[in-house]
Amino acid sequence: CRGAATGSTRTTAGPAWPSPARTTAWSPPTPASPSDTTSSRASTPRSASCKADKCVIASSGFQGDIKALQKNLAARELLYQHQHNKRMSCPAMAQLLSNTLYYKRFFPYYAFNVLGGLDSEGKGCVYSYDAVGSYERTGYSAQGSGSTLIMPVLDNQLKSPSPLLVPARDAVTPLSESEAVDLVKDVFASATERDIYTGDKVEIVVINKAGTRREYIELRKD
Amino acid sequence: RQQKEENSTPEPYSCYGHAPLAHLASSPDRRRGESRGGRRPRMFRNQYDTDVTTWSPQGRLFQVEYAMEAVKQGSACVGLRSATHAVLAAANKSANELSSHQRKVFRVADHAGVALAGLTADGRVLSRFLRNECINHAFVYDAPLPVSRLALRLADKAQVCTQRSWKRPYGVGLLVAGLDESGAHLYYNCPSGNYFEYQAFAIGSRSQAAKTYLERRFEKFNAYTPDELIKDALSAIKETLQGEKLTSSNCTIAIVGRKEDGTVEPFSMIDSKRIQEIIDSMEAADEAPAADVPAESSSMQEDRGDAPAARDAPAADEPAAPDAPAPMDI
Repeated sequence: CRGAATGSTRTTAGPAWPSPARTTAWSPPTPASPSDTTSSRASTPRSASCKADKCVIASSGFQGDIKALQKNLAARELLYQHQHNKRMSCPAMAQLLSNTLYYKRFFPYYAFNVLGGLDSEGKGCVYSYDAVGSYERTGYSAQGSGSTLIMPVLDNQLKSPSPLLVPARDAVTPLSESEAVDLVKDVFASATERDIYTGDKVEIVVINKAGTRREYIELRKD
Repeated sequence: RQQKEENSTPEPYSCYGHAPLAHLASSPDRRRGESRGGRRPRMFRNQYDTDVTTWSPQGRLFQVEYAMEAVKQGSACVGLRSATHAVLAAANKSANELSSHQRKVFRVADHAGVALAGLTADGRVLSRFLRNECINHAFVYDAPLPVSRLALRLADKAQVCTQRSWKRPYGVGLLVAGLDESGAHLYYNCPSGNYFEYQAFAIGSRSQAAKTYLERRFEKFNAYTPDELIKDALSAIKETLQGEKLTSSNCTIAIVGRKEDGTVEPFSMIDSKRIQEIIDSMEAADEAPAADVPAESSSMQEDRGDAPAARDAPAADEPAAPDAPAPMDI
């Protein structure tokens, strides 16, 4: 099973309002029934935006750059739709985001991104980025100020056991959608406790083949 | 010679009814060489039509006029609008039976689209330009580009090609239909760089039949429902087919507008199944095709009367229809 989460930092150049925590959590399909592919993701209102209908980006960092980056991607996605007569797939958007970030390698977007959605086979995918576009498809990820608190928990829960272990352990533990969402809520609640920049609210975006839904969860406001 | 001038295509910006410099015609055309001077029947057009940057003595730019001729060669397109919706329809003509037909209706943005007649390659390039303009405007202003500004940008681009010696005018006429804050709009952009707003218009070959059909009805269009607009668009296209049977495979229809509940119906093609349903219901309603004879006012009354009844049949489909096409069903 896999999940992905991203925390967030308070904007470096914005007013001093408390920023909501950001988290992205993602859980993969259960192997027993490949037709039930589900993926769950959460991202905050400030940084999340829907790109294709099966692809969502969550960003943390400098709000100005985040806004510019997401607008840029939205415009490019619209152009893609005009030219190719279909919406952009998640892997395509992942590459586009990487290229867009690297384009400003020498004056980067101060944005730490996690992209999530369903790929063309309907399986969930999570892509995690640094500020200049280095990216990797993973099962789960966390970015932002709370990430150092969240990532170890996700590793503990979701990382596949080492293939070197004897006897061989089953690599994939299926995580259902509700389990994934619960895990996300838990990690955020935990991160809120210790990270001063994480708190207030979290927006959880869940993408599955039925569609996309959003939940807003209140967090500690201190 | 004056006779020949009068026979040429009438041009909106020509203000001369005669040839004031007729006496110059007797001098040989330097560019063509003297061998032509004596024998060839002289037409004014051929002396001044080599460059788009050459005026004729009558104050005409023949290359631009020739470009407008190219529009008349393309297959027909029709546009109409009500206060809240705009509809574009195009007759699909394929080069031969083996090939697919050319795309004539393009989505430019969620709130606007174009139908074109003439050199479709030019039209494709212009559609791409319009798409970029809409995207850039939305990026900067976070608002859709108003349709009049869209038409203006297109017209300015066309005008550039009428004033550069290394360019040629675009050989395509575009019907730009869209929705903005002030309602639904329909514009016609010529290769000359002129554009006008219309309640309804038709361009392309045999468009006069469609124009006549629309001229008789346009005063009522503002109050039309979207379905009525679509029906009239189909009827207008039928006029241009001149006897050929109207089916969903030889026409394309697109609609954009603001629904009654205030939400926007984005620009989208109507899928062929639904077009066929509408055509079938139209044929069931009126026995005779819409007459070109103006005296048939009573039959027109019948058409109007029958149309609401016929509309009830597809009405059940209507709630599903806007959702039925896939989002990218262009």
